[in-house]
Amino acid sequence: MSNPATLSTNVALDAVKTDITLDGPHGPRPKPFFTPRRIILYSILFVACLYYLFPLYVMITTSFKTMPEIRFGNIFAPPIEFTGEAWSKAWSSACTGLTCQGLSPGFWNSIKILIPSVIISTAVAAVNGYGLVNWKFKGSEIFFAVLIFGSFIPYQVMLYPLVMLTREMGIFGTIPAVIMVHTIFGMPILTLLFRNYFASLPPELFKAARVDGAGFWRIFFEVMLPMSLPIVVVALILQVTGIWNDFLFGVVFAGTQNLPMTVQLNNIVNSAQGTPEYNVNMAATMLTGLVPLIVYFVSGRLFVRGVAAGAVKG
Amino acid sequence: MTDASASERQESGTARYVRQLFTRNISAKIAATPMIVTVLVIFIGCTLWTIYYSFTNSRLLPTGTFVGLDQYTRLFGTSRWNVSVWNLIWYGVFSLSFTLVIGFLLAVLMDQKIRFESAFRTIMLYPFALSFIVTGLVWQWIMNPTLGLQGTMRNLGFDWFTFDWIARSDMVIYALLIAGLWQGTGFMMVLMLAGLRGVDEEIWKASRVDGIPTWRTYLFIVLPMMRGVLVTAVVLAGSGIVRLYDLVVALTRGGPGISSEVPAKYVYDYMFTAGNIGQGLAASTMMLLTVMIIIIPWAYLEFGGRGKKS
Repeated sequence: MSNPATLSTNVALDAVKTDITLDGPHGPRPKPFFTPRRIILYSILFVACLYYLFPLYVMITTSFKTMPEIRFGNIFAPPIEFTGEAWSKAWSSACTGLTCQGLSPGFWNSIKILIPSVIISTAVAAVNGYGLVNWKFKGSEIFFAVLIFGSFIPYQVMLYPLVMLTREMGIFGTIPAVIMVHTIFGMPILTLLFRNYFASLPPELFKAARVDGAGFWRIFFEVMLPMSLPIVVVALILQVTGIWNDFLFGVVFAGTQNLPMTVQLNNIVNSAQGTPEYNVNMAATMLTGLVPLIVYFVSGRLFVRGVAAGAVKG
Repeated sequence: MTDASASERQESGTARYVRQLFTRNISAKIAATPMIVTVLVIFIGCTLWTIYYSFTNSRLLPTGTFVGLDQYTRLFGTSRWNVSVWNLIWYGVFSLSFTLVIGFLLAVLMDQKIRFESAFRTIMLYPFALSFIVTGLVWQWIMNPTLGLQGTMRNLGFDWFTFDWIARSDMVIYALLIAGLWQGTGFMMVLMLAGLRGVDEEIWKASRVDGIPTWRTYLFIVLPMMRGVLVTAVVLAGSGIVRLYDLVVALTRGGPGISSEVPAKYVYDYMFTAGNIGQGLAASTMMLLTVMIIIIPWAYLEFGGRGKKS
């Protein structure tokens, strides 16, 4: 390491000699494309991609095979007899050990949980974030700090008291309980997201509206909300994938009639009796993964922004 | 108006505070109620409740009498709990070091001005969008000893090929690791790549002019500069590891035997299937303790230095 003085001279030197082409990440693109270094680089990335893609490939091919073909024992081979039977069975008639209705009830339960949970948790967090930035009151920042800190407490710690609480409220074992729990545990990260976004808006906006005599809700609905579309989209992506993929809250709070798709899937694969039908299992797995995958591929860069925003806690 | 200001002057400090508590920005306070209730009732209240009742002998209902540390003595006398803890330690050590190393290496490779960067990123990150249940079930099928990868390779003539970790109690933790890394490393890569891109370009120019090899620049100059991202990565990966539950349920159901049990599963099973709430609460309090050991030094490093954030 060199000291800052020589660093800056070196930088100046570098600026003069612009014809220096060194293949570093920030330099100009090197002329010859197929250098040994590049070949190694791309091979490693290619092998890594094989690891990431292999399960998806196996899932899809297995789900279109017939059971005799699967018993032949070649997980790499594409299906010879291409059949969608496993998919329809997984959707409507696969057995969970209790019932034989396939995944479809789970899918609809998940939808019934997903839509209100996403809307309520996003709305609550948006109001929280707006309040924390523009309507600070004594202790509001402390509440926020505890909220963020609380997001690291393992869910298992609060699980039993929450069961008692929802039982007391008379909603244990129903969809409203799951919605409530998702709203609670989505609150820290979403509030952080909205708070940081509203803090980045120019404060003059709020002040001008305030001078014009608008109150808390009016400023929120007419000034802040119309401006927060980008962050609302990020929050929606985060919540849709997060809530869809949830297992623990579904299994604890939903009750046997309202089990979400992930729980139903696990029951089909792991507690069904009789000979396992791997093609049905994989079709069911694929079906459950489809919703977040679609969100992922459609949202593209926004998904990355969402998870990165979710990552930069505190 | 004059009346109000006069009485305000006469009011004591606390009385004014109480009055203002209910009159100033009243809609803002009403709007903050969900957050305040969540913090006070759920995050603080429920946590304290759990800690308190972990010292009782509650079984089917949390009404037990105070028994001191009995639940904890029994907890650490239960072989299933000890297996769970050791599994979590081994899984945690491997998972943390592998995700960080692999995430960093992939990020460095992605940082070489490669073509199709977004395609590579899309492929590496998609497992992160999938649930642990889906992840576990796919890998359960791939690791199926007779019809999965092992069976396929043997059918293809590679008789020596062995990949039966899921069925072996001494190796099952590595089966969990493979599935866990598949799901999470892409995200670490994205995080690290953001960190790499955040490093000032001038650093690169300077180190290049000084003739420092690229790998040394990455390891000794850029990596220490990414402290913030690294700390975030460790905290995120760490709190994810402690919560490890869905993946185990889907991939191994804790088996073979009890060889892949984890604390989170112990808590769930004791609370909701074995009907031994005291045990479940004691186990969950231990989980809380573990997280605190990770979080408090971090919070101290992040916020302690520049005073309390207020």
